[in-house]
Amino acid sequence: MANSIEKSKQSLPEKLQQGATAAADWMQDSQFWTSVFRPGSIFRKGYTDSPRNRSYVIMNSVLYHLHPVKVKRHAVKVSYTLCLGGLSFFLFILLTVTGIFLMFFYRPTAAAAWSDIESLHTQVSFGLLVRNLHRWTAHLMVLSVFLHMARVFYHGAYKAPREFNWVVGVMLLKLTLLLSFTGYLLPWDQLSLWAVTVGTNMMGFTPVFGDQVRFVLLGGKQIGAETLLRWYVLHVLMLPFVLVIFLAIHFWRVRKDGGISGPL
Amino acid sequence: MTEIPEHLLKRSQEAKAKADGDPAPSTDAGGSSDDDGETIPRSLLEQSQQGGAPAAAGGGVATIAPPAMAGPSGNTHRLLTVVKSGSIQDVKATPGDKVHVWPHLLAAEFTAALFITAFALVFSLFINAPLLELANHNATPNPSKAPWYFLGLQELLTMFDPMIAGVTIPGIVLVLLGFAPYIDRNPSNAPEDRKFAISIQTIHLMFWAVLVIIGSFFRGQGFNFTYPWDTGLHGIFHL
Repeated sequence: MANSIEKSKQSLPEKLQQGATAAADWMQDSQFWTSVFRPGSIFRKGYTDSPRNRSYVIMNSVLYHLHPVKVKRHAVKVSYTLCLGGLSFFLFILLTVTGIFLMFFYRPTAAAAWSDIESLHTQVSFGLLVRNLHRWTAHLMVLSVFLHMARVFYHGAYKAPREFNWVVGVMLLKLTLLLSFTGYLLPWDQLSLWAVTVGTNMMGFTPVFGDQVRFVLLGGKQIGAETLLRWYVLHVLMLPFVLVIFLAIHFWRVRKDGGISGPL
Repeated sequence: MTEIPEHLLKRSQEAKAKADGDPAPSTDAGGSSDDDGETIPRSLLEQSQQGGAPAAAGGGVATIAPPAMAGPSGNTHRLLTVVKSGSIQDVKATPGDKVHVWPHLLAAEFTAALFITAFALVFSLFINAPLLELANHNATPNPSKAPWYFLGLQELLTMFDPMIAGVTIPGIVLVLLGFAPYIDRNPSNAPEDRKFAISIQTIHLMFWAVLVIIGSFFRGQGFNFTYPWDTGLHGIFHL
């Protein structure tokens, strides 16, 4: 009797904590867990901070495709890169996630597009918020890619052996602008229609093939229902596809050219 | 033509001299005389006779005294020679000042990602993306503007012929920008050595920045010049 009273004196939070620890131990010991997280992962049981484990965190994870195990000390200085390249990539990921969400509620036809966005605002949970996120991160991405280019130029980072990666970067800047521009049309409101009209009229001045390119892109002499479908496919599939390929080359070359440039 | 390391040149000279019959002038006298002979230093021999006795007795092969440092399980190893990595291969990777990506780089990246997400989220909570009336081909808004990053071009169109403003200037700019590494032959990336490149690029970036700002905020009805504090931004600027 006395013993059971003694036991029940253990407070509820303590019991819960003990239970949680036991459960976490059981989970981390399970075959499933150890098969998911390779040796050295910070989620493995008994991870300790050691030089070997710090190497394993990268070497034994998918991050190894992006990062080497070690980088030059100056390369982690935020004041050097301002994180602009990484942020551009992260904004692209955010745009992909929010963009996929928007695709569930949007039909690229002249009859449905505008009203789909309208009802996204009023009838879909977080619809307006996600559309706002998509719009503002798109502008942010244009800005951060542009600033990234300026940063790289001012550091002279395009010089040998990084010449070609600069060329890839300029392609990525153009693709970013095209992605933003094609997305501009999709809401199918007065702003989209006329901004894109002004933009594509400039394209028509290109000699020799300007008119033909414009015709193919618009699917006619002027912006219409065909344009909307074409630009939708460009925006959600083709341009992101091309961009991802260029991104892969860009990141791969950063490592092959000896990590980021500098220090000055 | 890659440069042949000095120590390799020296070694080949020594080998040539040896082939010619002259004994090579050994510069590293101390190290080579130690390794040359078959003799084992007396101190080590004594050590091995005490510590490595079982191995010597059991193995019929070991005719000479087993070397020093018998392992705990009786394994014995003999250090024949030390090959310095620089002598047979040119080591390119010199240990530099490096840090682990985890946690030094990943932590910074994660923090930056969190901040930009928080910023975008808060911004999106308070400011809504524009959605004007349904597209109408028969109602041209006044002014009609391209997206902000093309407003520099639209601004140029007010000054020059479309062929120049819409094609020639942006074409030249894009080609020059793309081929910048092949045009700028200056190998230095120190700012003090790159005054011309930095000046040109700064003028170029400011050129577009000023045009975009004028196009965005200083162009009103009919794309005529206006002051935003006179007319307000309503109807003039959309993002």
